[in-house]
Amino acid sequence: MTRKFLVLSLLLSAFLLSFSGATFAAGAETEEGKEDPTGFIMHHIKDSHEWHFFNIGHTHITLPLPVITYASDRGLEFYKSTDFQNPETHKFGKEYAHNGIYIDEHEHLGRVDGGSIIDFSLTKNVAMMLIVIALVLFMVLSAAGHYKKHGAVAPKGAASLVEPIVIFVRDEIAHKAIGPKYMKFVPYLLTLFFFIWIGNLLGLLPGAANLTGNIAVTFTLAMLTFIIVNVNGNKDYWKHVFATPGVPVALLPIIVVVEFIGLFTKPFALMVRLFVAITAGHIVILAFIALVFIFESYAIGVVSTLMVTFINMIELLVATIQAYVFTLFTAMYIGGAVAEHHHDDHH
Amino acid sequence: MDLIIPSAGLIFWQLFGFLALLFILIKFAWKPILATLAEREASIDGALKAAEQARNEMANLKAENEKLLQEARLERDTILKKAQDASAKMIEEAKTEAGKQGALMIENAKAVIETEKKAALAEVKTQVAMLTLEVTEKLLRKNLSDEKAQSALVDEFIKDLKLN
Repeated sequence: MTRKFLVLSLLLSAFLLSFSGATFAAGAETEEGKEDPTGFIMHHIKDSHEWHFFNIGHTHITLPLPVITYASDRGLEFYKSTDFQNPETHKFGKEYAHNGIYIDEHEHLGRVDGGSIIDFSLTKNVAMMLIVIALVLFMVLSAAGHYKKHGAVAPKGAASLVEPIVIFVRDEIAHKAIGPKYMKFVPYLLTLFFFIWIGNLLGLLPGAANLTGNIAVTFTLAMLTFIIVNVNGNKDYWKHVFATPGVPVALLPIIVVVEFIGLFTKPFALMVRLFVAITAGHIVILAFIALVFIFESYAIGVVSTLMVTFINMIELLVATIQAYVFTLFTAMYIGGAVAEHHHDDHH
Repeated sequence: MDLIIPSAGLIFWQLFGFLALLFILIKFAWKPILATLAEREASIDGALKAAEQARNEMANLKAENEKLLQEARLERDTILKKAQDASAKMIEEAKTEAGKQGALMIENAKAVIETEKKAALAEVKTQVAMLTLEVTEKLLRKNLSDEKAQSALVDEFIKDLKLN
């Protein structure tokens, strides 16, 4: 097992090193025309309107993505990313405006006339999300197919991959953290776990997008958890927030404010934890690759490759741990909201 | 695109995509998978319980068999003892009976012998009496003639008597 990981990591890092480094570096030229050897890092971390894989010489190998805009006076409009960039350098900018709309060098969408416009583009991360969803669907539906076909028998194929995770999430996460009413929340927790896990793993592939390390993605997931927690909050939960038992009346205004803020810090922590853990991992890997272009040395290349391999192995671990942690904390917050408190022995 | 400011478009697509994933998986995957797992666990539980029950039943059966065997042994012992007792009693009875019978037979025999003896004695007595009479008669006859002859005759008769 360890050996497989090692081989996989070596392959990954070799692949990363051979393509992404050289090309991202080339792709991120500073205004003076000099190459910025670390610019590709932020370029990779952030979302983009096109999916850039690598360069061959000066040719950018990219996947143009649809640009969808909405403005109250213009309605929905559909373009493709190549409409807004320099066909040679693939740079976005105000000077490449198309039909009154432009994408600036920071990839913000804007209108030439200064009006407001909302960006609903199928960006790199959206495309990545669709791939992740497709993979999760394929995996889990094939597992479900096995049970549908063979009934309640021992798992085989995809089912033997999915089943232990399902049982783990059900028994170790949901049941332990939520208590007797856990079955209702297991499907959400399972979906959450599989989406984040596969998203994290696919994000480690060279050329992949940093989906689960994107704040919008983690924000959405945390928001769903926030909604589920508070929709399912029982009387005790709300009483705990707005009339905390066992607190002197004089202190109540302060405690209520703290408890109320606490409602939002929980999902905020979820959002930030996943975003930071995944983004930081990507930055560290890319930074080690960037060293090669900064020092332009073979020796550094060898050391970097080893380090990247090492970090990649850690990232495989982190990918799973973060999916577990996000699911576990979601389950614990739900558990706190649905638990029947007994105030005699509580607080 | 900013690093720490969530973009509205991505939130929209993420929400849309994740919810779609959630509903598809709930309908087509999690429900059947969780139901099947529960079913399988229930069947495993049932099988384990059945095995446990069978084991218990087996133990009970064994204990019962043991008990039956014990009872049978006791029964056998009692029967044997009874049979022994009965046979001993019968032998005892037979012995007593035989003793009695023997005693009776001896008694009878004795009685018969006594009777025979009495009869024989009576006969002897009769014979003696008869002989005495004859002797007396003959004596009386000879007496008339000769004294010497008389005593010779008596001697002769006595010889005769002895021969008898």
